[in-house]
Amino acid sequence: MKTHQFEVVVVGAGGAGLMAGLYASKTARTAVISKLYPTRSHTGAAQGGVGAALGNYEEDHPEWHTYDTVKGSDYLGDQDAIEFMCNEAIPAVYELEHMGLPFDRTPEGRISQRPFGGHTNNATGKPVRRACHAADRTGHMILQTLYQQCLKNKVNFFDEFQVLDLLVNNGAAVGVVAVELATGELHIFHAKAIIFATGGHGRIWEITSNAYAYTGDGPAIALRRGLPLEDMEFFQFHPTGIYKLGILITEGVRGEGGVLINGKGERFMPKYAPTVKDLASRDVISRAIYLEIREGRGVNGSNYIYLDTRPEVVNKYAAIDGRTNLDGSPVKVTAEQLLHKLPDIIDFNRVYLGIDPMTQPMPIQPTAHYTMGGIPTNMYGEALKDETGAVMPGLYAAGEVACVSVHGANRLGTNSLLDIIVFGKHAGLRAAEYAKGADFQPLPSDGLDFTNQQLDGLRNGSGKENVLTIGNEMKKVMFDDVGVFRTEEGMTAALAKVRELKERFKQVRVTDTGKIFNTDLLNTWEMGNLLELAEVVAVSALNRQESRGGHAREDFSKRDDANWLKHTFIWMENGKPVIKYKPVTITKFQPKERVY
Amino acid sequence: MQVTMKIFRFNPEKDTKFHYETYTLEAEPTDRVLDVLERIKGYEDGTLAFRRSCAHGVCGSDAMRINGRNYLACKSLVKDFGANITVEPILGLRVIKDLIVDMNPFFENYKKILPYFITESPIPEDGRERLQSQEDRERFDDTTKCILCAACTTSCPSFWASDDYFGPAAIVNAHRFIFDTRDEAASERLEILAETSGVARCHTTYNCTVACPREIQITKAIGEVKMAMVTGKV
Ligand SMILES: Cc1cc2nc3c(=O)[nH]c(=O)nc-3n(C[C@H](O)[C@H](O)[C@H](O)COP(=O)(O)OP(=O)(O)OC[C@H]3O[C@@H](n4cnc5c(N)ncnc54)[C@H](O)[C@@H]3O)c2cc1C
Ligand code: FES
Repeated sequence: MKTHQFEVVVVGAGGAGLMAGLYASKTARTAVISKLYPTRSHTGAAQGGVGAALGNYEEDHPEWHTYDTVKGSDYLGDQDAIEFMCNEAIPAVYELEHMGLPFDRTPEGRISQRPFGGHTNNATGKPVRRACHAADRTGHMILQTLYQQCLKNKVNFFDEFQVLDLLVNNGAAVGVVAVELATGELHIFHAKAIIFATGGHGRIWEITSNAYAYTGDGPAIALRRGLPLEDMEFFQFHPTGIYKLGILITEGVRGEGGVLINGKGERFMPKYAPTVKDLASRDVISRAIYLEIREGRGVNGSNYIYLDTRPEVVNKYAAIDGRTNLDGSPVKVTAEQLLHKLPDIIDFNRVYLGIDPMTQPMPIQPTAHYTMGGIPTNMYGEALKDETGAVMPGLYAAGEVACVSVHGANRLGTNSLLDIIVFGKHAGLRAAEYAKGADFQPLPSDGLDFTNQQLDGLRNGSGKENVLTIGNEMKKVMFDDVGVFRTEEGMTAALAKVRELKERFKQVRVTDTGKIFNTDLLNTWEMGNLLELAEVVAVSALNRQESRGGHAREDFSKRDDANWLKHTFIWMENGKPVIKYKPVTITKFQPKERVY
Repeated sequence: MQVTMKIFRFNPEKDTKFHYETYTLEAEPTDRVLDVLERIKGYEDGTLAFRRSCAHGVCGSDAMRINGRNYLACKSLVKDFGANITVEPILGLRVIKDLIVDMNPFFENYKKILPYFITESPIPEDGRERLQSQEDRERFDDTTKCILCAACTTSCPSFWASDDYFGPAAIVNAHRFIFDTRDEAASERLEILAETSGVARCHTTYNCTVACPREIQITKAIGEVKMAMVTGKV
């Protein structure tokens, strides 16, 4: 075992972790630990854009961005944090540009912006161009740029080190345990402040846009160490994943004029969202797609519909909608322009489906996409240890792993890339500031015990069960019954199934007994995390008897502000879930009905 | 369809020499090679080791040799290779275990070309973005696509001959900054690339361009860098 000492340790090297590392290392001795090589992080998969009311094409204001985000969150987002994020968005995006990020440009040479779901001109209700983009690889550009800046500023990296445990002593976070993948050796990182930036857990569901690495390591570790998770019932299903594969087709496609078409050839979104139509919030569109399919209007009676971005179709509906360019001329696109704006999307279709979206519509279905819940934090990235908002000393979280909560019950597109740069930065600053004023607390004497106990369990099972089979069963039941639409009956059955799978999981045995790159052992450990979190998601969802944002119950189909305008905090105590509630912070916008 | 996968295996804790292992299983023609590897790992042999994350060709984890050529396993469909598929690690980097190679020399080369934005000029007084015309932005668009998967560099005979050659990926990333009008360190990078381990080692074999899963016109980019070196103009 090796022990290292750093003032700040950042776990995760995606956008949030890199931003935290960059800022913390300005003043404190900092290490960034990542199970993936940093540039492999899932931030690199983000396509459409990062939201900021720059107003480079048309009038826009941070206040509008704030309101849209509150409304998008179905009023569950904390309004002080949302306002902070939307105000910070503008300097944050400029900062990325100053770091060299190659945004696309307007004819005047400014950062180019495109419309995205739920982002509106608050005066007219019409879509506004707020998503700052670099083709359809904005996340890739953010990840590359931040990693490059970290290299320039000589940030310390521990690449391909996977954190397995959080060390707590006298009620404070004091370090983490990590395994070095190349050697299998365990390391202890002793720290004054630890920032979790480990991303989401979308691998719980069968059809998902999320990477293999999205196994919720951070929240699972926190949960095992007695910390609560917030709003775990809220998970976003993105309306447009490639049929069966789940690979994401960015909302930017609809931002560029693409429309959703059912099996009867009808554009159906005007029925569900008369004003913004195909650019309604994601939860609204995913439900609309399900309803179309349920009523037999899937394509060929099947469970998918079309996203159509053929230029003639885009132009037809642009004319019907009266969409105009900024100079007032009607919108007319060519295949060449679309190809230029959406090269990766077109490539995905060609590679995985053998389809050319310029001549054929794309078969799509909703796909598990984004973790709204997570480790509770305040707007400075400080992790909360309970529903009163009390802070867990030494622990921070930022990015998709955290629940600030700025996304509430449903995240708006472009607000996650924004979240990671704004809260990544502030978590980094806060953690460094805290570390400067604090002493190292002693490490607990049994630092590796809990890790070894977990790993031994995976090595010594009877071998009667297969981990991939268990995983597939979990994914299926969670997608079917704790997915876009939910009922008491379905969720109760799903929860029972997940609990059964957790029991069966005790019978798996890892076959690789080696140390070097034992991915068998680590993938199995990750599956344990997913099972743990699937249970927490199902319990939280079953508990919330209303529909709000991404949590849509058929048996409680209305939002219920009188009883449920509050955040769920869930703990696991001796294997039993305990739920408490935290009030939502409301500043300027009183809840009202949400129509698009 | 039935697929026979012949996979390069090497376990440093047991083997002194690599060998091949063959697995026969059912697959859909539209399955990714990565899907098949996952199933082999899940049901036949848990010790099989490879890297992967995004599963759709954007993170750069799973470059490997499939039937003798570099691809991303997640961007390669079974039907494009047929019933017999041979999978091996990329060449020119030390094999650590099975399909996992030591990427350090690759990243060290990348770091040598100053792969970050450098400028001395102050930001605009209003604090807003630096301006850049659409044409100037277009100039280096192609080379911003690189995901550092190493498919290009490890398909290059000059890199196989000696890994002190920076390799195409490093030059692609240099190009991304050299031709960015906002960056001010083009001449430093060109000087670095003029070293013996630099662009002179490129013999335009085009392997890199063929191998690039992002379809970056690598040989063209290297040509532009060479030209900039000769003319001193970017
Ligand atoms: C296909 C796709 C498209 C998207 N498009 C957009 C978009 O257009 N706009 C938008 O705003 N958002 C978008 N999102 C969402 C957004 O990209 C993510 O929410 C965001 O990038 C997450 O960043 P992060 O830094 O929190 O996590 P990540 O970038 O995923 O980083 C997580 C890091 O944690 C590390 N890690 C995890 N577990 C461990 C462990 N146990 N030990 C050590 N390290 C660990 C990983 O190695 C990785 O470095 C998209 C998401 C997807 C999947
Ligand atoms: S797994 Fe990401 S590129 Fe293949």
